[in-house]
Amino acid sequence: MTVAAEKNPPVKLPNEPTITPQIVAEHGLAPDEYERLLKIMGRTPTMVELGIFSAMWSEHCSYKSSKVWLKKLPTKAPWVIQGPGENAGVIDIGDGQAAIFKMESHNHPSYIEPYQGAATGVGGILRDVFTMGARPVANLNALRFGDPAHPKTRHLVSGVVAGIAGYGNCMGIPTVGGETNFHPAYNGNILVNAMTVGIAPTDKIFYSAAAGLGNPMVYVGSKTGRDGIHGATMSSTEFNEDSESKRPTVQVGDPFVEKLLLEACLELMATDAIVAIQDMGAAGLTSSSFEMAAKGGLGLEMALDKVPMRETGMNPYELMLSESQERMLIVLKPGREEMARKIFEKWELDFAVVGHLTDTERMVLTWHGDVVANIPIPPLVTEAPMYERPWKLTELPAELDAAKVPAPKDWKASLLKLMGSPDLASKSWLWKQYDHLIMGNTAIRPQDGDAALVRVAQRTKALSHKGLAMTSDCTPRYVQAHPETGGRQAVAEAWRNITAVGARPLAVTDNMNFGNPQKPEIMGQFAGAIMGMAEACRVLDFPVVSGNVSLYNETEGRPILPTPTIGAVGVIDDIATSVGSRLTKAGLSLVLLGETKGWLGQSIYLRELHGREEGAPPPVDLKVERRNGDFVRGEIVARRVAACHDLSDGGLLVALAEMCVAGGTGATIKLPAGSAAPHAYLYGEDQGRYLVATADGGALVEAAKKAGVPAVQLGYSGGVEIAVEGLLALSLAELRAAHEAWLPNYMNSAA
Amino acid sequence: MKAAVLVFPGSNREGDVAQAIELVTGRRPTMVWHGDGDFEKVDLIVVPGGFSYGDYLRCGAMAAQSPVMAEVKKRAAKGVPVLGICNGFQIVTEAGLLPGTLMRNSHLKFVCSDVHLKVETSQSLFTNRYQAGQVIRVPVAHAEGNYFADADTMKRLEDRGQVAFRYCSPEGLVDGSGNPNGSSSNIAGVFNETKTVLGLMPHPENAVEPMFGGTDGKALFEGMVEALS
Repeated sequence: MTVAAEKNPPVKLPNEPTITPQIVAEHGLAPDEYERLLKIMGRTPTMVELGIFSAMWSEHCSYKSSKVWLKKLPTKAPWVIQGPGENAGVIDIGDGQAAIFKMESHNHPSYIEPYQGAATGVGGILRDVFTMGARPVANLNALRFGDPAHPKTRHLVSGVVAGIAGYGNCMGIPTVGGETNFHPAYNGNILVNAMTVGIAPTDKIFYSAAAGLGNPMVYVGSKTGRDGIHGATMSSTEFNEDSESKRPTVQVGDPFVEKLLLEACLELMATDAIVAIQDMGAAGLTSSSFEMAAKGGLGLEMALDKVPMRETGMNPYELMLSESQERMLIVLKPGREEMARKIFEKWELDFAVVGHLTDTERMVLTWHGDVVANIPIPPLVTEAPMYERPWKLTELPAELDAAKVPAPKDWKASLLKLMGSPDLASKSWLWKQYDHLIMGNTAIRPQDGDAALVRVAQRTKALSHKGLAMTSDCTPRYVQAHPETGGRQAVAEAWRNITAVGARPLAVTDNMNFGNPQKPEIMGQFAGAIMGMAEACRVLDFPVVSGNVSLYNETEGRPILPTPTIGAVGVIDDIATSVGSRLTKAGLSLVLLGETKGWLGQSIYLRELHGREEGAPPPVDLKVERRNGDFVRGEIVARRVAACHDLSDGGLLVALAEMCVAGGTGATIKLPAGSAAPHAYLYGEDQGRYLVATADGGALVEAAKKAGVPAVQLGYSGGVEIAVEGLLALSLAELRAAHEAWLPNYMNSAA
Repeated sequence: MKAAVLVFPGSNREGDVAQAIELVTGRRPTMVWHGDGDFEKVDLIVVPGGFSYGDYLRCGAMAAQSPVMAEVKKRAAKGVPVLGICNGFQIVTEAGLLPGTLMRNSHLKFVCSDVHLKVETSQSLFTNRYQAGQVIRVPVAHAEGNYFADADTMKRLEDRGQVAFRYCSPEGLVDGSGNPNGSSSNIAGVFNETKTVLGLMPHPENAVEPMFGGTDGKALFEGMVEALS
């Protein structure tokens, strides 16, 4: 590669240090990466330029360790309008409407400063979605915390939940779904994965590729401050004991400004003034400007002194690397500046023309007339480091013989213990802090079904009842035991969640949370999970349309459980045909669909009652998954099902208990003749299963048999107890108390 | 019934209440921007929920000083009905249209859930479609809904029948179990002396359709239509 001689070499700023190997290392660039930089630049970079390379080539922005693997995921389907590579994925949901969605992590910042970390995680993902022209209609989140007994956990739960609530509630977007788990592997690295789903007309979707020589580049939103500098670099390294000192790298959010920004952007988007738009997320002005110019194959000249600044004395380096929140970069059509300015001024937001597009394919940054950076744009992207890191797959552990797992001595105590365990206990304490009802479209509320269900008002009819079903899911202990199975299972369970409310699963967003990719076993977990996910997405016609990778989730060498969180979206034509999982009526027949062998390896029962995390995770047969799911969905939409719950953590008995507690109706069941040992049958976590309540169990079993789906009538709903003949009779009141008490008691107890 | 819904920077339930009004009247209300001190003549002014001005300083404090609220105060004095919901309740108390104040919830957290309310009177343009003593189920969603007034004011409110709704148990018992925020005397909503201004923390606008939270809030809008059309 040759580099043309620069017309405008940059000047050295006052007090600018000389670049030393130490400064390079502090910027997270490996020596060979710095060599690559020198080759591209043809000279020693300025500090601003070094900062830009550091941010753009950070793991967080460049996906340098994960890219080769992410390519293996299926991303196409007839309904996919935009796959990975934009701010968010876009799918067609009919009637001229598109669903735009993505999930993104804010793990490292949330551990350092839980309130702001989580809040700005929500703010960032909201911006990714409304940048594309969508009005956000729902938020979800997947949270993983450490051992409840760990001294920091309570503080982190409290801060993260308050941060999510603080931001989402003020924005007026309902938080309708998600999951919250605990495991000691997250003691030093919690996971905060936030997902936003928005709706836009299919003919009004906005992209980030800049176009139009000479077009103005406009900065809107909040002023730029010194917060979040080097956030992307911080998120691309492991934690150690002095990570607390990185608090200044965490951004500070202002949901009120974001709400104004949302309304102002949507107002501007209703005009035809916008050529391209991009939010400033990780690596702020740097990544947004480079991405826009690179995608458009253009150059950009930007006067950094025009950027609205929050404090005096800021320099170009800080301006380019700040991760101040609530900011956007827009390419306008020529001559539309004043009209656009008026909209942003109405919403009391900053608006500044900061530059214009050129044909040089170079990024030229000036500071009061002096050039301070001059970087060729294409090689920064095309020559970015990409690693095929060594990887070692995790071997499939031996299957655990259920006969070697003791049955509970006391059945009642076992169910109470499971339903009151941190992972399975009611999460009402946190749901109540999230406004999950605003907008008036929430049809299935948190904990009332396997997926959240939200109405999407159609443009053609004032109040139609088309709905979007949404969920997020992952079972990290399965992924840890065998990443391929775990990856397959995470996708399958998300698909099952959507199916269980009667919706058609359409597409997923993935949030890959892993440890240090430079370790072959971690890279092997990543590779394995991707292989499993790719296969599941292919078989289930469930393409990946957006995603995010968070690596280096390790503290002092201890990695998290590999956690590929799957966010998924599906559609149902008429919400009136959907079902939740609450058992609200007596006299319904309870039918178990799917095959039950009694798989106890890696089960919650094994972990919570016997303190063992052992064996192979339950296998997922994707063809069976699809057959069973398609059957269940058909029965639901035909209104032959009153309630439906997919079987996951804790197996059959926990699913039944959840249905009973949520709906306030008891149930009595009997184990079918010839079934596995009771504890394996009731607590096993075999996949591809649903527990369904229906008025006519006989007819459902008949229909299932015709469809080749194993089905068995277990008993009936009714009464104030949950009972298994010959084994257990437990009052709902007692069960509910155990289920609901754990989280509030934990949060209210002294540290 | 011709209604106006105010919009402040940071309002976020204006769409919900506009949709509820449209559902009941078949007519979209006028949306009035906070800087607009001069808007068309209407039969009802709604101050909606949200986080006006980010709830900075104190909930509703800045919105109460906006040009549009100066006009609302004038019209309220002439008897134009005003309905303040959630943040709107905070705004109208800050503007002096209703007595008392909304403090931080006693448990210090945001709370979003269905609550039960006891309707205290059917003798108002807002509650005429309810029975006195009726128990209804509607959601709340707020962090500052803890109603407080000094003892004299509380006595006056009670004596004059200015309490509109009280939090209660599903069975209608007005006790601590049904109180989501620590409000004095379980107060969820109050009238002004002439019962032309109503402020309440719960969201009847989110309980107007069977599949989306039930319909117990609908009668409030139907009652206003009946009284104001």
